[in-house]
Amino acid sequence: MKKNWWKILSFILLAYTVIAGFLIKVPDLPIIHQSIRNLYYHVCMWMAMMTMFIISCVYSIMYLRSSKYRNDIFAVNYAAVGTFLGILGYTTGALWANYTWLTDQSQSLGSVLKEPKLIGAAIALLIYGAYFVLRGSFTDLDKRARVSAVYNIFAFAMLFPSIWIIPRMVGSLHPGAPGSDSGNPALNAQKDLDSAMRLVFYPAVIGWTLLSVWIATLKIRYQLIKDKSLINE
Amino acid sequence: MNKLFKHLSVFIGALLISMSSFAQQKEDSLELMRSNGKLYVVVASCFIIVAGLFLYAFLIDRKISKLEKEN
Repeated sequence: MKKNWWKILSFILLAYTVIAGFLIKVPDLPIIHQSIRNLYYHVCMWMAMMTMFIISCVYSIMYLRSSKYRNDIFAVNYAAVGTFLGILGYTTGALWANYTWLTDQSQSLGSVLKEPKLIGAAIALLIYGAYFVLRGSFTDLDKRARVSAVYNIFAFAMLFPSIWIIPRMVGSLHPGAPGSDSGNPALNAQKDLDSAMRLVFYPAVIGWTLLSVWIATLKIRYQLIKDKSLINE
Repeated sequence: MNKLFKHLSVFIGALLISMSSFAQQKEDSLELMRSNGKLYVVVASCFIIVAGLFLYAFLIDRKISKLEKEN
C-alpha cells in the first residue's frame, strides 16, 4: 500500500480537476467562451501522451542495450497507452474545433482540414500505428523486439517535429502558431491563461499523466504474468 | 466475507430509503443541485465517471496483484 500513494494522488487531482475545472471562473474570450475549460481535458491528453511516448522510447533504448524481453514489454505497453491517449486528444480536438474554428465567418471546413497542427498530429499517430503493424508482422520474438525497438526510437524522433515544430513554423488556427497572435508557446500568460486556470491546469496534467501510467502498469503486469515463461531473469 | 457483504448491503439499502424521504421534504441542501443553471448536476456526473473509472482500475489492480502472488 505504501507504493500506491501516487494512485490515490491521481484520483484526488482528477476529482479536483473535474470539480474545480467546471466551477472556477474563466476569462471570457471571444468565440471560445466557456469552452476554454477544455484546456483541462483536451490539452492534458496530449501532455500525458507525450509522457507515455518518452517512457516508451527510454525502454526501447534500454532493450537495445540489454536485450531483456522485459524492457520490450514495457516499451510496447507504454506506446499503446500513448497512442490511445493521442486518439482521445484528437477526437476531443476535433469536437472543440467544430464549435470554435468553424463559427468564424472566414473559416470553412476546407481551411480547417488544411490545419498543420491536425495534419502533424495525424502523422505522428500514424507513425505510432505503423509501430504496432510492424510488431504484428514478426513471428520471431527476438527479431520483433529488436526491430520494433529501433523503429520506436525513429517514431519518437518524428513525434516532436510533427506535433510541435512544423505547426509553429507555418500559419495555424491552433494556439501557438505565428499567425494566430496568441504568442508562443500556446499558454500565453496575459491573454489565454490566467492564474486561476493555471491552478487547475497543472494539477490536471499531473493527474491525467499518473492515471495513464497506472493503466500502462496494469497492462504491463498482466503481460508479465502471461509471458512469464519467456522472461528469464 | 459473505456475512459482511450482507450486512453492508442492508446498511446501504437503509441509507437509500432515508434519502428518498429527504427528497420529499425538499431540504435546502438539495437546492444546490437546482441552482446556477444546474451546472452542479454535470459536475456531479463527471465526478461519478472519474470515481467509477478509478474504482474499475483499482479492482483490476487488485486482481493482478492476486495473480502475481499466486505465481
